[in-house]
Amino acid sequence: MSQTVETGAPAQAEPAKKKPALSEGKRAERRLGWLLCAPAAFVMVAVTGWPIIYSVWLSLQRYDLRFPDDREFVGLSNYAAVLTDKYWWTAFGITTLITVVSVVIELVLGMLLALIMHRTLVGRGLVRTVSLIPYGIVTVVAAFSWFYAWNTDTGYLTELLGAEAPLTQQIPSLLIIILAEVWKTTPFMALLLMAGLALVPDDLLKAASMDGATAWQRFTKVMIPVMKPAILVALLFRTLDAFRVFDNIFVLTKGANDTSSVSMQTYNNLIKGLNLGIGSTMSVLIFIAVAIIAFIFIKLFGAAAPGSDSGGKR
Amino acid sequence: MAVIAGSTTGRKAKWAVVDIVVVVYALIPVLWTVSLSFKTAETQTDKNFFPSAWTWQNYKDIFTTSEFIRALINSIGIALIATLIAVVLGTMAAYAIARLDFPGKRALVGVSLLIAMFPQVSLVSPLFEMERQLGLFDTWAGLIFPYITFALPLAIYTLSAFFREIPWELEKAAKMDGATPAQAFRRVIAPLAAPGVFTTAILVFIFCWNDFLFAISLTSTTASRTVPAALSFFTGASQFEAPTGTISAAAVVITIPIIFFVLFFQRRIVAGLTSGAVKG
Repeated sequence: MSQTVETGAPAQAEPAKKKPALSEGKRAERRLGWLLCAPAAFVMVAVTGWPIIYSVWLSLQRYDLRFPDDREFVGLSNYAAVLTDKYWWTAFGITTLITVVSVVIELVLGMLLALIMHRTLVGRGLVRTVSLIPYGIVTVVAAFSWFYAWNTDTGYLTELLGAEAPLTQQIPSLLIIILAEVWKTTPFMALLLMAGLALVPDDLLKAASMDGATAWQRFTKVMIPVMKPAILVALLFRTLDAFRVFDNIFVLTKGANDTSSVSMQTYNNLIKGLNLGIGSTMSVLIFIAVAIIAFIFIKLFGAAAPGSDSGGKR
Repeated sequence: MAVIAGSTTGRKAKWAVVDIVVVVYALIPVLWTVSLSFKTAETQTDKNFFPSAWTWQNYKDIFTTSEFIRALINSIGIALIATLIAVVLGTMAAYAIARLDFPGKRALVGVSLLIAMFPQVSLVSPLFEMERQLGLFDTWAGLIFPYITFALPLAIYTLSAFFREIPWELEKAAKMDGATPAQAFRRVIAPLAAPGVFTTAILVFIFCWNDFLFAISLTSTTASRTVPAALSFFTGASQFEAPTGTISAAAVVITIPIIFFVLFFQRRIVAGLTSGAVKG
């Protein structure tokens, strides 16, 4: 991590000149802080920062590993190719649909589950334990379970959606993908919401109920406002996570019948098609899409953004 | 909502029903996979939720193929090494964030938050090309690096939240009583920090154990393919046989450590998952 240390050293020397108040102990503390953080910062930047820059560079080239000699700088034409491609926009629409629908369902179910975990009179430990199972389980394992459940040869659920072979039709397939997503991630949502729920003062609820507020009013007027930061954090994390949906689609449909997500498209172009130029272009586009989503959320957060107060109080 | 009313039997019964719904919800896909893994080849397609004839054959099959054993070794090795490194680096950084004052701290917290939100698929294309050139493609290291990177934000968040709760005055007190700094650390601080570090290790391990996207994009042979990736390459005992049974058996095997963690460390996992996230 020579980089941080190098840029760090002059930065530390300069204020020392201007403000002689900076004691030896303070300087040592700074140096130790940088030293301790340097390896983590280095790895994170080396594995994300540099590759994303590199992928911008790759995205400006025609670069197909099957025809490596044709490698050539082509400017923005890869972007033009992807952005006018029908399959890309279908995948983009499908990804957005899956993200929105599953996050909305997860929020409702997660809130219910959080209330259950928070309030249940019996078996609280049991409920909390089993609801960690979907969180912990390998996504691919869960995806195979759903695949075999809906598969016409083996499945116990096959006839449920009224379709002949649900995983070979677009709408039933999408429903199943959303089901798999929701099953897996609702508990995580619930845990984050439950942490917010714990911040709601019991006195406030009691007072509200004395004043004649119904359960629904207590929920919307007392709990939701207090929980707002927790809800936004949970929504942000889940939205970005859902936008990257890959594992479930890979196992359930392999992206057939227009059920492919943007991640799936990128994977197909890169690993199946060995087209680094187009694959990198898609990588960059997904990065931009995610950055926009994150930006919108952080605007919504305002001061409640996670990390804004993580500046280490004693 | 039992905010005011006392707990009556009727209320408890209602909650018990709700609890059962939750338990069934969480366990159905798991039980179905277990059931498939014990079904015999003939009853595999009978569409019954529970097996009518039981067999260990699927487990025997996967443990006699080098394909699965190799993948299991890869999974365990890669996840353990990545966890170890991520927790060590994360502990150093989290200690600095929780305890020391230095410029750039805020930036580090910001960067790790950004990485937590980073679309992993955006890294697949550049990493694929970079690792090919560096000779890291299809090696353990080629997976360990991305895993460490995406585990670090998680580790830093959870650990710094834990470290902030430690009563550091105790360290001073121990030194006053004549303990050397090393003793103060070993006898006083280490035992207090251990639960947090351990919890973080579990969460990071689960993350590495779960990954599929990197595992399938940055490997090409059994040399470094982990179980989640290997599952999708399974074939049946003969080419006319669907690999349903063996995939299910392998799926059950890699689910066992997760169930173990969840059962024994439920409280800590919940604390770890929520500590970093909701401190707004």
